[in-house]
Order: sequence, then C-alpha cells, then structure tokens
Amino acid sequence: MLRLELAGISKQYPAVRANDRVSLCVKPGQIHAVLGENGAGKSTLMKIIYGAVRPDEGSIYWNGREVQIANPQVARGLGIAMVFQHFSLFDTLTAAENVWLGLDKSMTLAEVTARIRVVSGEYGLPLDPLRPVHTLSVGERQRVEIVRALLTKPQLLILDEPTSVLTPQAVEKLFVTLRQLAAEGCAILYISHKLDEIRALCHHCTVLRGGKVTGEVDPALETNTSLSKLMIGSEPPELAHRPAQPGAVALAVRGLSLAKLNPFGMTLADLALDVRAGEIVGVAGVSGNGQQELMAALSGEDTRAAPGSITLFGQDIAAASPRKRRHGGLHFVPEERLGRGAVPTMSLAMNTLLTRTGAVSRSGWINTTAVRRLAEDLIKRYNVKAGGPGALAKSLSGGNLQKFIVGREIDAKPKLLIVSQPTWGVDVGAAAQIRGALLKLRDEGCALLVVSEELDELFEISDRLLVIAQGRLSPSVPVAQATVAMIGEWMSGLWPGNRPQPGASAGSAAVGQNTEVHHAAA
Amino acid sequence: MLRLEARPAPSRLFAWASPVLSLLITIAVATVLFIALGKDPVRSLTVFLIEPFNGLRSITELGLKATPLILCSLGLALCFRSNVWNIGAEGQYLAGAMVAGGLALWVTEANLGLNRWVFLPLAIIAGALGGAAWASIVALLRDRFNANEILVSLMLVYVANLLLNWLVFGPWKDPKGFNFPQSVSFADGAAIPRIITGMRLHWGFVVALLAALGMWLFMSRFYLGFALQVGGLAPAAARYAGFSSRSALWTSLLTSGALAGVAGAFEVAGPMGQLTPYVSNNYGFTAIIVAFVGRLHPLGCVLGSVLLSMFLIGGELAQSRVGLPSALSGVFQGVLLFSLLACDTLINYRLRWLPAAPRPGAKAAQAAGATA
Repeated sequence: MLRLELAGISKQYPAVRANDRVSLCVKPGQIHAVLGENGAGKSTLMKIIYGAVRPDEGSIYWNGREVQIANPQVARGLGIAMVFQHFSLFDTLTAAENVWLGLDKSMTLAEVTARIRVVSGEYGLPLDPLRPVHTLSVGERQRVEIVRALLTKPQLLILDEPTSVLTPQAVEKLFVTLRQLAAEGCAILYISHKLDEIRALCHHCTVLRGGKVTGEVDPALETNTSLSKLMIGSEPPELAHRPAQPGAVALAVRGLSLAKLNPFGMTLADLALDVRAGEIVGVAGVSGNGQQELMAALSGEDTRAAPGSITLFGQDIAAASPRKRRHGGLHFVPEERLGRGAVPTMSLAMNTLLTRTGAVSRSGWINTTAVRRLAEDLIKRYNVKAGGPGALAKSLSGGNLQKFIVGREIDAKPKLLIVSQPTWGVDVGAAAQIRGALLKLRDEGCALLVVSEELDELFEISDRLLVIAQGRLSPSVPVAQATVAMIGEWMSGLWPGNRPQPGASAGSAAVGQNTEVHHAAA
Repeated sequence: MLRLEARPAPSRLFAWASPVLSLLITIAVATVLFIALGKDPVRSLTVFLIEPFNGLRSITELGLKATPLILCSLGLALCFRSNVWNIGAEGQYLAGAMVAGGLALWVTEANLGLNRWVFLPLAIIAGALGGAAWASIVALLRDRFNANEILVSLMLVYVANLLLNWLVFGPWKDPKGFNFPQSVSFADGAAIPRIITGMRLHWGFVVALLAALGMWLFMSRFYLGFALQVGGLAPAAARYAGFSSRSALWTSLLTSGALAGVAGAFEVAGPMGQLTPYVSNNYGFTAIIVAFVGRLHPLGCVLGSVLLSMFLIGGELAQSRVGLPSALSGVFQGVLLFSLLACDTLINYRLRWLPAAPRPGAKAAQAAGATA
C-alpha cells in the first residue's frame, strides 16, 4: 500500500501555475526526492501535502484512503511532519520549550525533555534540550526541528532544502539519520536542487519543471547530467577554465576588524586577503559568518574600516564612498538583487544609473537617450529576457535580473569585481552564463572576488579559495590543492593556526559537535 | 473572511484614473450629504463645482488660492518621494511669511519707495530663507539625534504659529490699529505685482507654475533628483550606489521648506498686504492631500491644487449662497483623500471572499509557528 498518493494536483497563483496536474506516489520506508529548480513548484506541492496551501484540483490519498488536508493540524494528525527551510523557533526559549510548544498538550515539559534526550540519542542527533535556541548553531537548530518532527512519530517526514545551511560533514550526519528513519518505515520526501545529494541518498526521484512532472527516475541509475537535463530541459554548458595568469595585487585587506552593527550581525576580526589581477578568489562559508559584513566593508556601504585596512591598487580606500571606489575600478554585485542591486519599481534604464554615470553630464543632467541605449545594449549582450529598457526591474525573473546587474557591472570594465552569491536563486542555464562571463572577465585581466555558499560553484570558477567562519578568514589555498572535505572542515573554523573562538560555547563541545559553525541569524 | 490579495499586474490605466474616480466618489458622497441636509443637491453641486470657474474673477481667485498649494505640495512631493515625512509645510509656510513680512515692514518703515518688480525677488529670497531655516531644524534634529521628522515637523507648526502670534500681538503690532493683532499695512512697493489690474491674482502664480516645471525636470532629468528618489524607493540600493541618505534628508527638507516659505511670502505680500495671525488658510496641511491626489508628480500637484482650491472656494460660496456649513469643504477634502487611498489599495489588491473553514485549534498550531 502506498503511504501517500497525489493525483492530478493543480494550484494556480495569480501570476503563475505553480502545480499543473502533478501526481506522486510515496511508499513506506522510501526516501523520495523532489527535484526542481527554484520556481518549479516544489515548495507549493509540499505545502499542499502539509495543508498549508489548498490545491485547486486533484486528490490526495493517505494510506489508501482519500483525505482532505485542510490545515497543518490535520496533516500532523495524519502523521505528516515537515521541517521548513526557514526555521520557526523562538530564540529566547530553550530547545525543549520550542519542541513542547509545537506538540499537542498531552505531555509535560519534563516528559518532552526526557523524550528529546531519548530520540536524539536513538537517531544520532545530539542535542541539549535545556539550551536556549539563540545559543545554538544553525545545524543544531535544524536538529531541534527534526527532533520536534520525530516526537510526533511521523509516517511521512518532509524536508525542504535541509542541507543549504549545513557544512558537508553535517550533511553526511544528517543522511545517516534519514537512512535510519527510512529503515524503520517512515517515508521521507526530500526536496532539493542538489544533484549529488539526491543520487547519494534517495531511492526514487520525481523531477518537476515549470509546475509539471518531467521525470520519475531512480537517481542511483542517473548521472548529474541526465538529472539536470530532466530538471532544466537541456544540458548545462561546459565551462572552459584556463589556468590563471595572476598579475599585480588589486585588492589588499590587512587587519580588517569591524564591530557588528546589530545583534544578529557578525563581528569581523582581523581579516586579511589579497586579490590579484587575472585571478578569481573564492570565499566559502556557511551563511551568516561575516560575508555580508565583509562585502559591505569592501563595497563602501560600510565605511567604518580603519585607515589603511583596505587598499585598491595601493590606494587606501577604507573610508571611500562606493562611488569613489567605482571611480577606482572597484565594482560590486550584491546578493540581494531587488532593493539593493536594483530599484524594483524603476525601469531597467534608470537602474543603470545606480552605478553607471556615463550618461550624466557634469551639471547633473541625465541624457535619457544614452541611458536607454545602455540598457538596450546590456539586454541584448547578456541575453536578458525583458520587455525592453522601460521594463520595471521587479518584472524580471531572478535570473534575468541577475544577468542584467552582472552585465551592468562587467560592462563598466572594472579592474576589480566583487560578486556576492553570483547565482543564488538563478536557474541553471543563467547560472552557467554568469559563471562564463566571470571567467571571461578574469581572462581579460580583471581581479575577481566571489563570495558564495555553493561550494561546487566556487570549485568550478575559483583559482584560490578562502573560508570565512565566525567573522574570521582562513589563509588562502589554491583550488587544485583543496578538497571539499577540507574546505568543509575549514567552514567550521578548523583551519590550521585559527585560535579557538571565545564565542564558541562549551555546550557545543559537550554534545560532541564541532563540525558546524555557530551562526546568529537563522 | 475577507482577504486582500495582491494583483499580479495592477492596471496602469486605473493608477492614473484613480484621482478622477475618487473625485466622482466624493461628488456622490456630497450629493448624499446635501440631500441629508435638506439642500437641493443640483444647486449645491453647482455652487461647489461650477461657480468657482464662472467668470474671470472666479478663475483668478482660484489661481490665487492654488498658488500656495502648488508651492507647498511640490516640496512635499519631493520629500515623500525621498521617504522624508515632512508634514510641517504649514510651519515652514508661516516662517516664510514672517521673514517676508518683516522685510516688507522694513521696506515700509524705511520708506524706500521700491518698485514691486524689485521687491518680488527679494520677497522670494526672504520667504525661501525663512522656510528653509524652519525646515533645517527638522533636518538637524533628524540628522543628529535621529528624531522622528513627522513629530518634529508637526510640532514646529505650533511653534511657528505662536511665534507669529507673539509678533503681531507684540513688537510688530500696528500702533494705530485699535489694538487689533495686526501689523501696519505694507507700502505700495512692498507687494507682489499683480497680473491683471483689479484682480488679486499676482505673479506668484506664474512663479509657482515655473517651480512645478522646474521640479518636474529636477525629478525626471537630474541625477540628484534621481538619487533622492532611489533613497525613498529602496534605501539599500541608495547605499549600494553611494547616495548619501543625509544629503537626501537635507536636500529634500530644505527644498520643501524653501518652497513653502515662498508660498507664505506670496500670501503675506500678495493678497493680505499685512501680517495677521490668520496668514494661512491651512494651506500647508491641505498641500499634503494635494501631493497625494497629484500622485507625487509635479504636474499632478498643479491639477490637485486647482481641485482643492475649488473645494476651498466652493465651501465659502456654499456657506454664503446655500447656507451650508463651511466645515463641509473640510469633509470633502477628507472624503477625497480617503477614497483616493481606497482606490489605490483596490488597484494594487483585490478583495477575495474566503469561506471560513472550521479550524479547531488552528490558531494554537499557528502560534507554535509550525505553519511558517
């Protein structure tokens, strides 16, 4: 008997058909992958199963019986549990209190605490139930969510992109837990866009594209290429990565320390790095370890850095404004496209003016014809799918807007380009195009600094790698000498010579976990 | 359960039509009100909507009332687009009126015998300085102490009002004025030149129209204007581009204060000809409505000013001709702004009726945060 069967599920949103007659069968004990790009309809489908969204049509069968899942309460009653990508925990409460809150009120807090100890022991999910959530690392917070799900003894566990906040080592640990859970008969729906993980973990894979099912395969028998072909409809283009020809030092950071600006920020401590002309330096790290603070200090959005701590071609730029840095050849692509890299309600043409002032006369008069021409040119050369230079930035898809913004900065002929999360939320085709453009820029002699949470991407395009953890930077290592395992360890702050962090709590060590990174904002 | 749902593509046509639509709603509400008050709705509406446009004198009076509204609303539109919530144009208007009034008094006392055309630029400068100085208090407190500009600008309106009262009850009181709180009448040369002899409409109206044109160019064609608007629409993008939020704050507040101050100068040296405690007709507050009715667009501000002056004049006429309370024009202003905001909401969102499902304990589940 099937644990869960979906038949012809459709869901129409105002602008998009998120699910189009989707059918799906999950057997008990099966780890079932749902693979698709951002916007393929994975999350909507999971919310339908969990009762958070109601489908427009189609039926749901649970253990062979047709059911209406009106809300998450009903779903939990059936035995469905879900771990969301964004955690829903109260920072000021302890792990046990958070779990207790999410359960039906049949158990006392003491009983829940005891159960957490038992369950976390059984499934290899070390967790101290009495620690407040704000002291937990992201990996530990995820464990709280998983333990909370397991306490309800689910027959189906849904995990939405569970590994995006984990180091490679923590991912391995999670997989062990999931396999054990499956072996006990629990069905698992595993949502991801990471092909390697799906091939390593899952028994069956349903591929979604544009809201429709485009494939039902056994991932163990597939290759990354064949899976991505199902996912995006075509093969991702190969990148030609020639050896780098590093030149003069473009960017030099020495002793950069910055106090955090808000309680959820990260304090930067004594950072040092060099970027040379003609090379790509990648910065790896779990999100929230100081990447944003480093980017703001380098871009000039935060000018508190000590004099001399940031130099551009020998010039001290620590206190220079972003515009002054751009005059010196430093251009920056931020991770947030809408609202930071572009003004959502302004046209693409006007959005070129944020960083490009070629069309502005000395008196401040804007030559609108030249502005439109620049936007038109960028749209054409970087394959941006847009209604034209007058299209509002918010009307573009994430990938197309990113192509436009990256194009805008590359077209400025920068001497140093800093890019934060170049392909975050971008579809595979556009991602390959953006990476290709970055490599081409490197070959033309530009210095590039790329910050990304996707290790694969960094290994693909970087010449040297650095790791940021807890507001500190590791020494750099040539990519040829780096391994995923090593970088993964470094992401926990464990690089040679890094002294122990005063902020790392003893509780973490007590539960035997030192493979993750503490992180303030989940 | 009623729910607002964002529309995928708000209609552009209706975004422009919504001021017209809200005007129609206001007229409908007015009709109902007239009937409820036992007045003939056709006659009352004629007084409100047609009479203010009837004849040269009415039209020049309309332009006279529109002048301060245009100037104040232009500055407010710039502030609001820059995300600076200056609602104290009234105070800046009074400050400009006081400085320009002081100038006019000085010209009168010194018996300079100035030409009105020489006085016009002097009055503009005096009013602009007064208004900008008053607005700079707001900017300074915001910049240095992060004081909320809404509160500070609003409270400074009352300070300006008391200052004006002190002047006309005290040092600037006309000694031969039978103890009325008013200054001496300004000399003939200390006035704004009039456009048509016999009519009160003065060249300040043309200055206001030129200011609207200038503001339109500034907002759409000048880099500084672009930078200000980026700061209002997306502060993070402004930081990324390197546009200083401090300079946006100062630029928009000083510009807005100067424009409101000029409006005050025109009023005091134009139709009034002396300083009294009643220099303003709430122009600075009415201009807030004008700015929004005009979609924060300079040319929209001109049209909105004409519309609101029509209400002001129509209200006065309705009082004298039909015997309606003068507070009615305030009611119509409120209804107009309310229906405009309602129209805008419904253009961007649609109302959906969701049948309420029986959800026992659903609230508790949500409180646990599990539904995210």
